[in-house]
Amino acid sequence: MLSKRIIPCLDVREGRTTKGIQFKDNIDIGDPVEMGRYYYEEGADEIVFYDITASSDRRPIMLDVVTRVAETIFIPFSVGGGIRTLEDMRDVLLAGAEKVSVNSAAILNPEIIRQGAEAFGSQCIVLGMDVRQVPSSTKFPSGYEMVIHGGRTPMGIDALWWAREAERLGAGEICLNSIDADGTQDGYELNLTRLVSTHVSIPVIASGGAGKPEHLFNVLSEGRADAALIASMVHYGTYSIREIKQFLQERGVKVRRTW
Amino acid sequence: MIAILDYRAGNLTSVERALRFLGYPCEITDSAERIRAADRIIFPGVGAAGKSMQDLKQLGLDSVLLDRLEAGVPILGICVGLQVLFDFSEENDTQCLGILRGKVPIFPKELCDENGDRLKIPHMGWNEVLFTREHPVFAHVRPGDEFYFVHSYYPEPADPDCIVGRTRYGIVFSSAVAAGNLVAVQFHPEKSGPPGLQILQNFCQWNGH
Repeated sequence: MLSKRIIPCLDVREGRTTKGIQFKDNIDIGDPVEMGRYYYEEGADEIVFYDITASSDRRPIMLDVVTRVAETIFIPFSVGGGIRTLEDMRDVLLAGAEKVSVNSAAILNPEIIRQGAEAFGSQCIVLGMDVRQVPSSTKFPSGYEMVIHGGRTPMGIDALWWAREAERLGAGEICLNSIDADGTQDGYELNLTRLVSTHVSIPVIASGGAGKPEHLFNVLSEGRADAALIASMVHYGTYSIREIKQFLQERGVKVRRTW
Repeated sequence: MIAILDYRAGNLTSVERALRFLGYPCEITDSAERIRAADRIIFPGVGAAGKSMQDLKQLGLDSVLLDRLEAGVPILGICVGLQVLFDFSEENDTQCLGILRGKVPIFPKELCDENGDRLKIPHMGWNEVLFTREHPVFAHVRPGDEFYFVHSYYPEPADPDCIVGRTRYGIVFSSAVAAGNLVAVQFHPEKSGPPGLQILQNFCQWNGH
């Protein structure tokens, strides 16, 4: 039986991880490569590196990070942020990432999903979705709308429609982020996650709102997510991945044991 | 030297990196000469069976592979590199290498887990392999160790003797097979953490018997 995946997400800016992260061990907390290695050894099932570097001329720095990460961790990892073209995808995959995540670029140009899936296979293409809740209407039958630019720009597109459209175009997985829940540490948006996960046949990674292990339990059971993205709750040393997995396992959620 | 067969299939560099990490010299190559010089061969695969077979034939690597198999060189197939060893794949209705008897069907559409919940396709993520008989390539793998899978088609060997490991995903399928100097896995050992590296290391030390 397939395990539910626990996926730490690291924000990288100009080749350095951005959050001040508390680790007891003697590792460079600013180095995404060491951080990736740490989470790999901790039992992360996958790792997401999110490049928040503003300028595109800094991309070679990120590619160098990807290359170095790939030399030391032997689980799948994905890279997102600023991926706009087939060429961007190719660079990241050739540098050693297993998957690339497209978000705004895919809304603005849905063909990038189809092209990416055709060139590299659907399993490589993760659709990142930033979603906010809106009143249900004929325009937004699901009650959720797509947003970009970190939530600042509403796109007038129904989120569930977009998820299914992206699947049709060839996305292999969806990373579903609730803008409303993001940063609250009050728990994932369960309704949204369940809605999307039960209406697509590709895996859904829940994102936004994780603060406690029970939040992961809720989204992986009631929310029907296939995987859960975590950030602050492990970055600040509040919980370890091992603790979270133990918590989930005790409650009957199948997780990969690495201890 | 270990030859990683280059037939334009997806991410070959991840296999190469894992071998380098383990300290085994290797080379990604489509040269028949280099492949013949190798003391073992890894036959990786990410992509579709149809395209894989087409590229293998075009590069003449199908006959090189058969030749090396005859010569007793240890060969490891991974993912699509396992699937095309069989007679036939439902993916693109592909006639495959026919080294192993059997076919490669797609997962049934209405796949459910024990609780009746619908399972997604592809089978993507970490799952257990129950090894049903001992094999040097799978030595030191602990019961309950999990491996990383990404696939929508699964091998259905006609000869049960070649089955070494099984995995449950709605149905139970053969996730590891072996015959003589050939061994193949549906999962990606190069992306499966320490137990995956263990399998690669075992393969690098295996004499093919």
